[in-house]
Amino acid sequence: MEIPYAVKPRPDTGLYNAKLGIWLFLASEVMLFGGLFSSYILLRVGADLWPHGMVSIPVGTFNTFVLIASSVTVVMSWASLKLGRLGDFKKYMALTIACALGFLGVKSFEYHAKFTHYDVWFKDAATAEKYFKAAYGEEKGVEAARKLFVERFHLHNTKAVYEANQVQLPGHLEGNPLFATHRSLASAKKESFQFTPDAPFGTHDHPKPIEVKLSDVERLSAYVPKHSTYFAIYFTITALHGLHVLGGAIVLAYFLFTANTWWKKNPEQLANRVEVGGLFWHFVDLVWIFLFPIIYLL
Amino acid sequence: MSHDQPPPHDSGHVDHDSPEYIHKTIKKYLAVGGILFGGTVLTVAMYYVHIPSVAATIAVALLIASIKAGFVAAVFMHLSDERKMIYGVLICTVFFLIGLMGLTLWAMNDFPFFTLVDGKPA
Repeated sequence: MEIPYAVKPRPDTGLYNAKLGIWLFLASEVMLFGGLFSSYILLRVGADLWPHGMVSIPVGTFNTFVLIASSVTVVMSWASLKLGRLGDFKKYMALTIACALGFLGVKSFEYHAKFTHYDVWFKDAATAEKYFKAAYGEEKGVEAARKLFVERFHLHNTKAVYEANQVQLPGHLEGNPLFATHRSLASAKKESFQFTPDAPFGTHDHPKPIEVKLSDVERLSAYVPKHSTYFAIYFTITALHGLHVLGGAIVLAYFLFTANTWWKKNPEQLANRVEVGGLFWHFVDLVWIFLFPIIYLL
Repeated sequence: MSHDQPPPHDSGHVDHDSPEYIHKTIKKYLAVGGILFGGTVLTVAMYYVHIPSVAATIAVALLIASIKAGFVAAVFMHLSDERKMIYGVLICTVFFLIGLMGLTLWAMNDFPFFTLVDGKPA
């Protein structure tokens, strides 16, 4: 059975069916991301503490450029088909897919960096201070750990007092394991672990690794969704967006690899398919345009 | 109007498939690409400039993002020159999106009754 109005517009709507279909789909997508954006606002406004500077701005900016470039190339691939230039279409579509893979590659690099970065909370204030001194020096150790905490949560003007055991020590575990927890280390019969604390605020001088007893640790968590509300919403939104990038890239790659067949069979339908795929791709870019400042900058 | 022919385009009788029109739009696409790159640079620059007011920072960041999104929607997604049916779908979407976000944010100051102490959140 032939699908009706795949090329010519339907008389009552003035649109070929796939175009109306993709717009209805995008409407549902707006609701999906809209719900998540409003959840983000709700969680952020309601949070006592909200971290800043947890993601790299240069990396996020680079990915924004990559996605914008892909939006230009995908629309150029459609225009190339309209001009009857199949070769140019292939070139632009290949560039679009390369951008998509580049975006996902950078994102996976970012995710990996988060999954191997840890925060340690200690059982009591005295124990915490002992480790802060071991990490950053006897004299300025406690102050250095508190400075990292203050800068992360922008607590410059607050009068709230946080006990040392509420101040987490950020850093990396020996061997950079993924997703390690207090429980997983205890299951592995470890009594202690080597921990390299992050550099003091405003410097790049990483302290020497310290030996941390597992019995002194209240909580150990990588930067995973379970870590905090911030990472829960961060991973939910960016992973959902990443899945959209992946899905879009697969569809666009299908158009690229079947282009010769479709070009011979029905070039207008190929152009329409690419337009519909492109509309989805631009939506993915549009979501990122809002995600970038919200997640990385504000 | 004949039912065999699609209704005329809402914005007039432009042949959207003609090479002249496509060449014109290509120039537009490249210009919008440039604007989007520039907007991104501006957004990041604004972060490093440090506007003293948090509200102003959020407003400027979202304004730049909205302008960028507007260009993507209007030019790349062809919404500046689309059929009425699509506009109808989008108006409904915006209506329900405002409702969805409004209802969520309306819950901002809701606290379960048992967490209140003397009428205030515990």
